[in-house]
Amino acid sequence: MGGASLLSALACGVSSSSIGAPPHSFLCPTPNRRRKSRRKVRCAPITAQFELKPPPYPLDSLEPHMSRETLEHHWGRHHRGHVDSLNARIAGTQLEEMELEDVVVASYNKGSPLPPFVHAAQVWNHDFFWRSMEPGGGGKPSGELMGLIERDFGSFERMLKEFKEAASTQFGSGWAWLAYKANRLDVGNAVNPCPSEKDNKLVIAKTPNAVNPLVWDYSPLLAVDVWEHAYYLDYENRRADYVSIFMEKLVSWDIVSSRLHIATARAAERAREDERRRREDDVEITNREAVEMYVDSDNDSEPE
Amino acid sequence: MGFHLLSPSYCCGYQASPPISHGLLRFRPVTGIPKPSPQKGQLHQSRRASKVLAYYGLTTPPYKLDALEPYMSQRTLELHWGKHHRDYVDSLNKQLVKSPLYGHTMEELIKVTYNNGNPLPEFNNAAQVWNHDFFWESMQSGGGKLPQGGVLQQIEKDFDSYSNFRDTFVESAMALFGSGWVWLVLRTEEKKLSVVRTSNAICPLVWGDIPIIGLDMWEHAYYLDYKDDREKYINTFMDNLVSWHAATVRMLRAEAFVNLGEPKIPVA
Repeated sequence: MGGASLLSALACGVSSSSIGAPPHSFLCPTPNRRRKSRRKVRCAPITAQFELKPPPYPLDSLEPHMSRETLEHHWGRHHRGHVDSLNARIAGTQLEEMELEDVVVASYNKGSPLPPFVHAAQVWNHDFFWRSMEPGGGGKPSGELMGLIERDFGSFERMLKEFKEAASTQFGSGWAWLAYKANRLDVGNAVNPCPSEKDNKLVIAKTPNAVNPLVWDYSPLLAVDVWEHAYYLDYENRRADYVSIFMEKLVSWDIVSSRLHIATARAAERAREDERRRREDDVEITNREAVEMYVDSDNDSEPE
Repeated sequence: MGFHLLSPSYCCGYQASPPISHGLLRFRPVTGIPKPSPQKGQLHQSRRASKVLAYYGLTTPPYKLDALEPYMSQRTLELHWGKHHRDYVDSLNKQLVKSPLYGHTMEELIKVTYNNGNPLPEFNNAAQVWNHDFFWESMQSGGGKLPQGGVLQQIEKDFDSYSNFRDTFVESAMALFGSGWVWLVLRTEEKKLSVVRTSNAICPLVWGDIPIIGLDMWEHAYYLDYKDDREKYINTFMDNLVSWHAATVRMLRAEAFVNLGEPKIPVA
């Protein structure tokens, strides 16, 4: 197909040269990473890398809080458009080989996003958003999640208030997030001398356009889409009402809890790995010092 | 100093008088409902229950809300003007109660709050108020078709042809990601027309350029009528809504500030 190969040549010319070696952060394997299912067709010349996954419920099951028409347009047109654009842009580039989360982080390029970023991020964001909701959702969380909410926000109501505030004050298009923050700076000597579980906490964030907290190495737990297309057909300009109904009637706290589980496990694993690496470094330094002392004493014993 | 000739200018209160920046400094933000002639009797008003003093008013579009049917529905205008635009005005007024920024004309306020790229909290609201006013006036019922006279000449000079300009405009609008605006501006430095797209609330006034036509690409502007079919919305705007009359008036005014070329003076 001439058109597609031209497209991949174009994509190659544009993207691959500017990507170069993949950034350091995802060279380190992160266990317990959520695997986004992707089907790689190895025989066909064009690998449609990412597919449009449907929400895990029928399109009319979120009525009356989110109408079928909204879902038909939001998922069927907007989300689908991003999947198609993403596949077109990464065809024939290094990004094609990567998981969606890695594509997002790589194309974010530490703040100077490359062309595939908006599409990759919006595909990921929308997948995440559909799965954050369920028919008959809402209510309150429980267990570990509720405990952390009360620890970090004071109370569930406070967290709700802050979340709604973030969603309402995101000017223009964007997203509001509840995320688990267990990140560290991407520099070699960022070592926390007294690490404790309390450093890892829940935060609320708002992001513009397509940005998501993955690029800051947070673990998102919950997202609400505050692009106008998400609520305009059902709520017109009343974004605050939309977010309230989202939190009261649509959120799937079970999914959020399971995401928290994965996030805390991942943070614990990372902490253990860091500890292990630090101990290995310590051992290495100790050995090295011993060798140097030996060499010094040799010099000292030489006659003048 | 403003680029609207067609709408009442802004001032403290709701009347349509030309803005006098120095005169406005006389107003203290007292609680009370402003009377139509604020120069007299303002300070003698009895203190009523505290109400936000309106610094800027919501101007109405120069046509009825159903005048742009079927290209832009009445419902869209009711929401877009009656809710979104009104919200921006109300939020701006609320912010100005506690801020030392009163006394500016709208254009000055935008430039001041833009703060050279580090916008103050009032910027979003102020710019959106101005942008929407500009937008209503950039449209008319029975609009579209071709520009006339001087505007057409200038477009053909700077874009080679009207269809080139139109394609550039549509392309620019389609390439915008997120919320924003697309403009036909007269660049004051380069002294030529150009198509510019901006994000969120930014408008070319902040760079000292003179907007001639503006198109709102925020989703609330078209979602009810066109859902996600942005291309149709933009093309409809260009074919059926854009007011070249307003553009001509603005160009005329702009020529007072930008030298677009020597006048044709016959040589004796």
